[in-house]
Amino acid sequence: MEHDSHHIIPFKTYLNILLGLLFLTVLTVLVAKPVSGFDAGVLNAFIAMLIASVKAGLVAAYFMHLKYDNKLHLALFLISIFFLVVLFAFSWFDIITRIQQLSTL
Amino acid sequence: MSASHAEGKNYLNWEKGLWSWLTTFDHKRIGILYMITVMVFFAVGGTFAMLIRTELFSAGPNIMDANQYNQSMTFHGAIMVFMVIIPGIPAFLGNFFLPMHLGAKDVAFPRINLISWYCLIVGAAITLVSLIYNGADTGWTFYTPYSIETDNGTSWVVFGAFVMGFSSILTGLNFIVTTHKLRAPGMTFFNMPLFVWALYSTAVLQVLATPVLGITLLLLLAERTMGVGIFDPALGGDPVLFQHFFWFYSHPAVYIMILPAMGVVSELITAFSRKVIFGYKAIAFSSVGIAVVSFFVWGHHMFTSGQSEAAGILFSFITMLVGVPTAIKTFNWVATLYKGSIRFDSPLLFALGFLFLFTIGGVTGIMLATIGLNIHFHDTYFVVAHFHYVMVGGTLMAIMGGIYYWLPKMFGRMYNEFWARITFVLIFIGFNVTFFPQFILGAMGMPRRYFDYLPAFESLNKISTFGAWTIGVGFVIALFVIVIAIFKGEKASDNPWGAKTLEWTTASPPPHENFLETPVVTGGPYEFR
Repeated sequence: MEHDSHHIIPFKTYLNILLGLLFLTVLTVLVAKPVSGFDAGVLNAFIAMLIASVKAGLVAAYFMHLKYDNKLHLALFLISIFFLVVLFAFSWFDIITRIQQLSTL
Repeated sequence: MSASHAEGKNYLNWEKGLWSWLTTFDHKRIGILYMITVMVFFAVGGTFAMLIRTELFSAGPNIMDANQYNQSMTFHGAIMVFMVIIPGIPAFLGNFFLPMHLGAKDVAFPRINLISWYCLIVGAAITLVSLIYNGADTGWTFYTPYSIETDNGTSWVVFGAFVMGFSSILTGLNFIVTTHKLRAPGMTFFNMPLFVWALYSTAVLQVLATPVLGITLLLLLAERTMGVGIFDPALGGDPVLFQHFFWFYSHPAVYIMILPAMGVVSELITAFSRKVIFGYKAIAFSSVGIAVVSFFVWGHHMFTSGQSEAAGILFSFITMLVGVPTAIKTFNWVATLYKGSIRFDSPLLFALGFLFLFTIGGVTGIMLATIGLNIHFHDTYFVVAHFHYVMVGGTLMAIMGGIYYWLPKMFGRMYNEFWARITFVLIFIGFNVTFFPQFILGAMGMPRRYFDYLPAFESLNKISTFGAWTIGVGFVIALFVIVIAIFKGEKASDNPWGAKTLEWTTASPPPHENFLETPVVTGGPYEFR
């Protein structure tokens, strides 16, 4: 049976990623309206989700080794993301066209 | 030859006692556990079906009241979908034969394989707890807002389905890794039997789609217990959003049910035509094609439930595309039969039954995908007939064919061919007598899910109920045929059908680790002539 070679990630890299994640956590709190008063209107949720996605990406790439792993695993991960986008995009398409259809404006 | 094999040891007598079965990591034994589980649930779900049809034998209340009818319908649907048809082929036949088809000793994660069976059992037990709380009456789709408001055991059924979803995900994950990592030397992707291609495509669906159902059901539970307001319009939610989430899983789930059945049919048709399958790559890629397209069609369940017209048109168009890979398979199967040395044993009869019934199910599916027709047909018995032609006419016919085909390998015993053919005749005729009148009833406007109907629909309903009883008799006889074969059947040779896939090169029943020596593959799976 074949054995994939395992890439050893230096401790310093792990530390940097940890610091990055902590920074992004602080940033999430800072852009939260009840804490800082920062208000981007309809973009509030988008900003929070964007930061969370970057954090998830860092965890997947470094702590879960996707960056150094067999590219097939990366492909499977990206396919999952793609289908999530399909779910959101088609549902959004229905809702947005439904609003246009029903709106009297 | 190993010492254990010389002593007549196989996976059935490798270890003894109930505990050895409940703690086994052997994929074959876990497959048998699934077989027993699925058969028990099928008996329960089938009993509910008989009760429903008996109630509908004539207009007005007959053997139950409206509330009991709604509960029978819900349990029939939930049991048959989550506990029978979804695990039916992948977890039972797939578990047993995927590693053998690949020339492997077991699946990649044997312990996870066992956990997946326990997830099914625990999920089913949780579902049954609902009976203490006056059952559930939402139908297996748990549509909001009713499923939020109804005050009974719905939460238990929803949570049970959530737990059973893990069974499906873990099985799918195991199959993907097994297919990638445990193929015998020389077993390239294009040397794999088509059943493996079908199971692989199914596994991708199980892994990608089932988590969405899990999240959706959790959101529904949160809605019921905490009123979070995602699906409840009174709290700013959108009930149609529930349908989007639900069908994003549940339409691919239809293909989780049918793709493995197509894989079984590919095996049966080539084995009993004694011919190389026509269009191997076309059938293999069409499995993947169906799996991919199935993710983009869920909105066809929602043409009349508030979805926008623009989204409806989009989903209608994409749904039509499913017909392309499906037709590719059907034409290739027919072309395989052409000029084959056909043996009309019961497995092939069931495969031919599949071709006939699934084609009707598929063509009526195209009719339902047409928005204009759907407005008339939606929520009528036309839809009920359509999806039973796909699920029962497709999947259950393939399961029956697969059981008869592989029974000699699984248990080393032959079944009684005469009685097996009788079961085919009863199930096939009974099925058409049950469900074909429902197309007519639907076109006449008889709504589905109702406890009662207008007197004008009575004669066709009577015919339908007679058909259901005929199916019931057919399956009871089939149970006897299978059980008698397992315990008293004639001893089977290693390859009674003269088939070419790897599982037939080993003993019947197979030894503990499937093959005495790891097979080396030098050609395709169907090298007849």
